[in-house]
Amino acid sequence: MSNTRVLERLEAGLPAGGLVTGEHAVRPFETDGLTAIRETPWAVALPEDVEQVRTVLGICREHGVPVVTRGAGTGLSGGARPLKNGVLLALTKMNRIKEVDLDACTATVEPGVTNLAISQAVREHGLYYAPDPSSQLACSIGGNVAENSGGVHCLKYGLTVHNVTGLVVQTFEGDELVIGGKGLELPGFDLLAVMMGSEGMLGVVTEVTVKLLPLPTAKRVLLGSFDDVEDAGRAVGAIIAEGIIPAGLEMMDNPSIRAAEDFAAAGYPRDAAAILLCELDGTGDEVEHDAARVRTVLESHGAVVRVAVEEAEQERLWKGRKSAFPAMGRIAPDYYCMDGTIPRGELAGVLLCIGRLADEAGLQVANVFHAGDGNLHPLILFDANEGDQLERAETLGGRILELCVEVGGTVTGEHGVGVEKLDQMCVQFNDAELAQFHALKAAFDPAGLMNPGKAIPTLARCSELGGMHVHHGRLPHPELERF
Amino acid sequence: MPDDSERLLALVADCLREGSTMAIVGHGSKVRYGAPDGEVRLSTSEHSGIVDYRPEELVVTALAGTSLADLTSELAEQGQILPFDPPRYGGVGTLGGAVASGLSGPARPWRGSVRDAVLGVEIVNGRGQRLRFGGSVMKNVAGYDVSRLMTGAWGTLGVILSASVRLLPAPESEETFCRACSAAEAGELNRRWARAPLPITGTCHVGGVLHVRLSGSAMGVASARDEMGLRETGDPDIWAAARDHGHAFFETDGTVTRLTLPRGCRFDDESALIEWAGCQAWLHGEPEDLPDGTQATVLMPGERTQRRPAADAATAKYTARIKDAFDPHGIFNPGMNG
Ligand SMILES: Cc1cc2nc3c(=O)[nH]c(=O)nc-3n(C[C@H](O)[C@H](O)[C@H](O)COP(=O)(O)OP(=O)(O)OC[C@H]3O[C@@H](n4cnc5c(N)ncnc54)[C@H](O)[C@@H]3O)c2cc1C
Repeated sequence: MSNTRVLERLEAGLPAGGLVTGEHAVRPFETDGLTAIRETPWAVALPEDVEQVRTVLGICREHGVPVVTRGAGTGLSGGARPLKNGVLLALTKMNRIKEVDLDACTATVEPGVTNLAISQAVREHGLYYAPDPSSQLACSIGGNVAENSGGVHCLKYGLTVHNVTGLVVQTFEGDELVIGGKGLELPGFDLLAVMMGSEGMLGVVTEVTVKLLPLPTAKRVLLGSFDDVEDAGRAVGAIIAEGIIPAGLEMMDNPSIRAAEDFAAAGYPRDAAAILLCELDGTGDEVEHDAARVRTVLESHGAVVRVAVEEAEQERLWKGRKSAFPAMGRIAPDYYCMDGTIPRGELAGVLLCIGRLADEAGLQVANVFHAGDGNLHPLILFDANEGDQLERAETLGGRILELCVEVGGTVTGEHGVGVEKLDQMCVQFNDAELAQFHALKAAFDPAGLMNPGKAIPTLARCSELGGMHVHHGRLPHPELERF
Repeated sequence: MPDDSERLLALVADCLREGSTMAIVGHGSKVRYGAPDGEVRLSTSEHSGIVDYRPEELVVTALAGTSLADLTSELAEQGQILPFDPPRYGGVGTLGGAVASGLSGPARPWRGSVRDAVLGVEIVNGRGQRLRFGGSVMKNVAGYDVSRLMTGAWGTLGVILSASVRLLPAPESEETFCRACSAAEAGELNRRWARAPLPITGTCHVGGVLHVRLSGSAMGVASARDEMGLRETGDPDIWAAARDHGHAFFETDGTVTRLTLPRGCRFDDESALIEWAGCQAWLHGEPEDLPDGTQATVLMPGERTQRRPAADAATAKYTARIKDAFDPHGIFNPGMNG
């Protein structure tokens, strides 16, 4: 059957304007948040309900057309990068909140609902959805599930995997999987966990049930300023050792502090080597009591401490942190955001090492991260129009991730592998482990047509990488696909 | 530290070569949930010990056969706890068994389940390969979450060699209160309390009395107690008794059914033992008429007779394929559906 005929069938299965084709029209869908990687999709389908999703999947299955699911396209690893011979299934129009159950404290929503919209919808009931990625205004809950996204509050409240209790998933073969619901357990295997962070490789999430929590009645945000990055790193461990689990514990180094301050006027000390932002929540007296304890810990590690009691001041302090990424846009034409996680105890050492690697590469790195859970976001600053800076940035990024693996960590804490970290996956996993991942993928999608080429490198790619023996180094032609 | 992994790997290799099946056991404390009937018995109990424990990381990695009693006492010395507080039937049980069964204790709705805490595992799959997934860091999305898939799979996907789990600091203060009320009233209270930020870490309604545990700072516990109108002090032993089935409720020769119920649903059987703010209930005999979305696990007297909730057709199809992806020759724990 001709391509045109397939497009006609897709068009007939979608509402008016639901199928976007043509180079110009599909341009907004060429890339996700990892803008260095682009591709023109063959066609973009914009279904409005689950039946239309099933129709699109059915047509693609019949014709062997690969499908890439897309939420809001804020992903930072190229997970939603389209295929030039595939359909991009964009779920932004499926954005209804279907039910808020106040007895169960759950909300059941369509996948295109934004993360923040859920909390906004239930706020009047004194509830909220805890995971809060910095992109929460834009990113979709379906994308959050696919990446197992975190946020500044996951140290205490967990990641997406801890806050989603039910999913409805459409597989490429046409089955509908109803996984979990409002209860605390599933019968059989934990398919809920398997779907979390699966990067659109196993199926299309068409409904999500999330757990809602009561809004805390009191909050304190402490700002600790340090003259020494290592002291700040050690203070993080000391707070945890004190038996306190802060709602959020974030760290920024000097370049990040300055960029954020210029951008958001958050009131950060511009000359500090590092700051820690520590949020405590709970009930009145308790929070007061914990704030005093954290203050003592911070001060004993050489920090100057400020405590924000008023909501407006707390929000101002968070605004600086949450706008750290866009703020980088002002100090460098381009930045490359890394996402490794390391054991907390390695924090100080790894930061020093990143600094050394950056010097060697002749590039600047600004560090913003979820210090409480050891999730680093080194932002490599560069100018893609200047000589080989992009290449150097990518090499440096790869080395930083390998460093994370060396100290017992992982190449991605919350942004996913996508197309970006396929090579680093070869460092973290051996062939047998990768083969096991492929077998699990095949259990859901034997045809291999859901988001092909993402998340898990082929063994051939890894062996080629090993064969070329580019330890810590880069490939001669990283732009070539290595499936 | 006795590392028995070479022998365990060799056992799996033997089974593969000889085409025999394998029954994986730790301490054998959970036989009431069904005992696997493989031809070769693999016991992890000699494969025990803590591999890595740095309290400031809030993570422990231990070999599968490590006894829960040893592990929890080691953690207690550092003022830390296993958030999921797994059952220790008959006082025994291993970390591997806790992970494989996925059974969580009284604080499950508030401190999370076993799978919530599992960060990484090392396993032997059905091809006899030793594989590592996840790790010991809190956030990790490299590859599919095989560690959590292993959790609650009842050993049907592989032999768990070791596991890394997230810990919590032990609370400064922990108190138990009780209050005479009907199951229906207890349900109402549970639904109301869920809407406020309260430091609840256990509820148990049995025999017309609701027991409530509060944990946190002494100050937080005291103010929550007042807010919740809890006046009477209760017996703190109720939590371990309910968890380990040492409570008088479980002294029966008959069938016991475990229910897991949707949050906030109305279930007010006065004869049941109801935990987890109404999300887990135990009944004598086999129930009829259950609220929508409830799952029943029937534990009949004697071994090997449990019946777990059946999956729908679509789930069953993918379940079978996942089993095949990990254990293509079907050697692990025949008779235990994950
Ligand atoms: C400024 C900025 C800040 C960020 N901050 C954070 C942060 O703090 N924490 C964090 O974790 N992430 C953060 N991110 C990353 C990103 O926002 C998250 O990964 C988010 O969850 C992606 O959601 P999305 O809807 O944009 O997904 P997309 O980018 O559209 O897709 C991401 C992946 O999910 C798949 N997918 C999407 N929807 C579905 C579905 N319904 N079913 C199946 N698969 C699906 C796609 O195929 C793709 O593989 C940030 C990004 C930006 C740009």
